[in-house]
Formats: sequence, structure tokens, C-alpha cells
Amino acid sequence: MAQTILHKAETRGHANHGWLNSYHSFSFASYYNPERMHFGALRVLNDDTVDAGKGFGTHPHDNMEIISIPLEGDLEHKDSMNNVAVIKNGDIQVMSAGTGIYHSEYNKDREHRVKFLQIWVFPNKKNVEPRYDQITLNADDRHNKLQQILSPNAGDEGVWIHQDAWFHLGKFDKGVNEDYQLKLKGNGVYVFVLNGDVKINDQQLHTRDGYGIWETDSFSITAETDAEFLLMEVPMEF
Amino acid sequence: MNKIQILTIGRHPEILQTVVRLVNNNPDWHCTGVITDEEAMAAFTSQAFDLVLLGGGIEKQSEERLCNVFKAHKPGIIILQHYGGGSGLLSAEIYEGLCGVKLG
Repeated sequence: MAQTILHKAETRGHANHGWLNSYHSFSFASYYNPERMHFGALRVLNDDTVDAGKGFGTHPHDNMEIISIPLEGDLEHKDSMNNVAVIKNGDIQVMSAGTGIYHSEYNKDREHRVKFLQIWVFPNKKNVEPRYDQITLNADDRHNKLQQILSPNAGDEGVWIHQDAWFHLGKFDKGVNEDYQLKLKGNGVYVFVLNGDVKINDQQLHTRDGYGIWETDSFSITAETDAEFLLMEVPMEF
Repeated sequence: MNKIQILTIGRHPEILQTVVRLVNNNPDWHCTGVITDEEAMAAFTSQAFDLVLLGGGIEKQSEERLCNVFKAHKPGIIILQHYGGGSGLLSAEIYEGLCGVKLG
């Protein structure tokens, strides 16, 4: 029988630093909740809003697969591998921090805020060579269907990471239903609702709710309203 | 009250420096950062540590060797993998590791 866990949006950790307003689905920085450490290999799901003209100064990372999905506005990225790029709504960015990188992320727009999801997945291989990539997704490819945006395979759709993980985005009209088949035995899926109401099997979810489901081969997704959501399939043991 | 003594090992000097600074931001913790296996073993056998953080870049062989030395010298020592490089995970990792360890 499927195991599940529900994280209502309002139960997430919250830190408002003025320039950065962040909601943490799992323990992060000063938010520590032993019951919310991770969902399998998914360790961080931060729902960040960065003020106009502000950003994260240069800081290090190592041994983590870091995925950023901008939801609104543009974010400039610079790193120690000499990558300078802007990620915008519709893009997905991935970094394998591996042996260590430095990077900064700024909202250079003086008028508009940036909203983005910051997602960290434990790698299945430590101390890999650091790597950066970003792609632009076609929004039409997720209208009333699931769009794969991340996988473990370089040749597959979307970006790739060092982990047996698959991410999908969906933008469903009210009433649309689809089954999700897990790719790998032992994996689970963490559903994060970007907006609208979604039903996973019999569980109703609302905007920014999170829902983990594992020990199952598949589950049903139904849009109760027009809705957008992110599915993150990750190994439960890693 | 004595501070929790933490030994951090990491091969990337700048990341190690960041980790040490972040750990030391907690007034109950004191962090010693080292880069090489030799420095780690010398520090561990000459000071009393409560917890060891294994940072980025440590080869598997080194990790096994260090863990064996630490456990032989102080059975029950808490040894944790630090992921993310001085990131938002650091405090939670240490809190998790310290569950059951009494301060001072």
C-alpha cells in the first residue's frame, strides 16, 4: 500500500530577510524541524522571492545537485566556472556542485521581483567535476500533459543530474486527469502544487501544498481547478 | 558551559573556511578546519572533539582511513557527511548529529 505524507503550504518554514522571502518545505538555514529533513534524496525545496535589485552574493556549494526553476522574473547567475547567464520564467537551471563551486544569483531588474524554486537533491556520486547547464522549456509541452524537465540521462528530455531522479511539470485545465507511472522501483514522488487545486489519488492539494507518495508504482493526478504542479521523483534510499 | 567541539575536514580551502565560519556563528559550537588527512589525525588525537564533519573532496580511501582512526581513538565519535558546502544544511546536519549529546 502506498505511503504518503502531506505538507500543507502554511506549515512550511518561513524566513523573511527583507530582500529575500523564503518558504522552506524542508529544514534549511535557521529553520530546523527534525520531522522535515528530506523526502528521500530530495533535501531542499525553497520557494524564494527576491526583491528588485537584490540577490545572493558569491557563496560556495559542494556535493549537491542544485536545480533552479524561475517562476517570475529574471535571475542572473555567475559562477567560478566562468558561466554568466540569465535564467527566466520557462527555463530550468542545473548545477552539479561536486568538488566545489562558487556562484552568485542576482535580480538585476530594478523594478520587478523574482520568484523561483530552489531544489537540492543529494547526488548518487560524490566529488564529481562541477557542471552547469540551463535550458528553455516549451510551455506548450506541459499543457494537459506531463513534461519531463529532468532525468538521470544526458540524452533524455530536460536537464540531467547525478541521481536517479525524474522531474515533470504539468499545467492542467480543470478536470484533466493523468496517471503517473514511477520510473524506478524504490523511488517516491514529491508533488508540489504551484497554483490551483490538484487531487493525487484521493488527496486534495491546494497552492504550494506538498505531498510525498512512495511504495507505489503509480498514482492518479486530477486537476480540480486549472492548476500547475511539479512532480519530483527521487530515490527514497540513497 | 563547554562548547561542542567540531572537527571539519574538506579539501577546498575556501569552502572549508566558509564552513568553519558558519559553524562558529553558533555560540555553542567551536569548529577546527583542516585540509589534509595528516592534519585531521593530528588534530583529532591531540584535542577532544565531539563531532567530525566530512566535507567535499575527500577520497573514499581517505574517508575510510580517517573514520577508522577516529573510531579507534574515540569510540562513539559522531561522524557526519556534510553536503552542500557551507550551505543552509550545515546547522540541521549538526543538530541531527548531536541528538543525544549533552552540552558541556
